[in-house]
Amino acid sequence: MLDDIDRRILRQYQAAPDEGHAALAARCGVTATTLARRLDRLRETGILKATRGVIDWAVLGYTVEVSLRVTLDKSMPQAFDEFLAAAREVPEVLEIQTFLGQVDVRLSVIARDLSHYQALYRDRLLALPHMTDVEALMHVARLKSDETLPL
Amino acid sequence: MIDLDDTDRAMIRALAEDATLSAGALGRRFGLSQPAAWRRVRRFREAGVFRGHRLECDNAALGFGVTVFLGVKLATRGRTGLGDFERAVQAIPEVQTVEHVLGMYDYRLRVVARDIADFERVLRRRIMTLPGVGSLDANVLLSEERRPGPLGARGARVQDATS
Repeated sequence: MLDDIDRRILRQYQAAPDEGHAALAARCGVTATTLARRLDRLRETGILKATRGVIDWAVLGYTVEVSLRVTLDKSMPQAFDEFLAAAREVPEVLEIQTFLGQVDVRLSVIARDLSHYQALYRDRLLALPHMTDVEALMHVARLKSDETLPL
Repeated sequence: MIDLDDTDRAMIRALAEDATLSAGALGRRFGLSQPAAWRRVRRFREAGVFRGHRLECDNAALGFGVTVFLGVKLATRGRTGLGDFERAVQAIPEVQTVEHVLGMYDYRLRVVARDIADFERVLRRRIMTLPGVGSLDANVLLSEERRPGPLGARGARVQDATS
């Protein structure tokens, strides 16, 4: 089980995941050895799954980001599996989420510009199987994106 | 915009999976010397290829069993209203991401909660009391998959075909 020190480490690590471990140990008020041992244990138990690099796709030339909210034909038993398998084949799809609610699936899609998006939408996305309705939200700005947990 | 070769793309993909990989480890994986790998990593940093690092935790094991995406439409428009809403919403600890979007909603929020009852508390006490909130649309997350994006050789081919 997690104790207060584990929680403190996770809280501080989340808040500044780019910092070195020496600075992290200092902010947590533990020694470097304790920090390393605790982090190893958090990784072993699967609580800390990974430290990901967050790509700035605009720097790689992808300036358009669209959220596609998709409703599927639930009368088809394989609708979800087949839709998800086909969506995975589109390289520009960055995130696939399934929901309980009005929307069944959401795809986060990037494109180099609007004409690239238009081509992608017509040729690849509208061709995905079992969609009954699709709505697009154009991404304007990301105001908060740290995805930290209120530990 | 930065020009990338196949090795750069493979390295970016590897660092997106595990940002803690050292230049030595990257070099061994992609057949480069440690200094050569380091030069590429430094070039990524100078170009700003990565916005930063993000910890991926087992949310459920940490007591956060519910993630909800909220579409928020503001009731009153105008610059002051937008600024007030944006400041207040970012200060809510349970709100993990805030995106300004165009379409049927103005903002898209990712909210974590311990369970549905806890989510209801966050919704009623924190979100519905935000300045300018009009209508809300909630969708409870069932599963989530993050894809590597157009970084592979296959992705490059698709890009070429559509350009």
